Amino acid sequence: MRNYEVMFIVRPDVVDEDADKLIAQMEGVVTGAGGKMVKAEKMGRRRLAYRVHKQREGLYVLFKLQGDGDTVREFERRLKVTDTVIKYLTVSMDEDLKRAEKYQALRARQESKRRRPKPAAAPSPSQAPAEAAQA
Amino acid sequence: MAIPKPSGPEGERPPRREGSGGGSKKQYFRRRKVCKFCEEKIDVIDYKDVKLVGEFVSERGKILPRRLTGTCSTHQRALSDAIKRARNIALLPFASGF
Repeated sequence: MRNYEVMFIVRPDVVDEDADKLIAQMEGVVTGAGGKMVKAEKMGRRRLAYRVHKQREGLYVLFKLQGDGDTVREFERRLKVTDTVIKYLTVSMDEDLKRAEKYQALRARQESKRRRPKPAAAPSPSQAPAEAAQA
Repeated sequence: MAIPKPSGPEGERPPRREGSGGGSKKQYFRRRKVCKFCEEKIDVIDYKDVKLVGEFVSERGKILPRRLTGTCSTHQRALSDAIKRARNIALLPFASGF
């Protein structure tokens, strides 16, 4: 199971009820294809940066989900077939999550390193590399 | 045509880093630019955050170079990915102001 984020744009002339219906239906597609919905979020109507299918506006919807390649493939296929969806983007989140974790861990380590040497007088520059080697 | 006006680092001209020697009388103080993402401890640059990512795009929709924005190389790479994603989903333009 991988983490994915799928963003899609629904035509602006779709009324809210139909959009909700579509979202519910798409959630069904995800779970039906062996995926797990984490979050479905309507990001609201906003102006598109360029025209897509002769539309200048769109309703942005964000799905966060877990699944494997087949889940995403099926989901994307459905999005492509659905006429009211004008654009979609799938992003795999795993790398980003890993990167965030790495930086957080790094920062936590630096933080603790900075705190430790304080009681033992001022850390001289020659001490620092030795500590780094121990850590 | 909407031109998302970048209000960020683009406005002021690049603070060119002076050589360590310097010394000429013409030299005036320029703040050394630091990477915004390092400074604010943004680990992952989210393509959905148009306000943030849009700051690093010119009026024309081009990605601003590091020498103008002061972004560090790691974050510039991540940033360019984020901008390209945002373009793909029509959050940012591929080209604008034509």
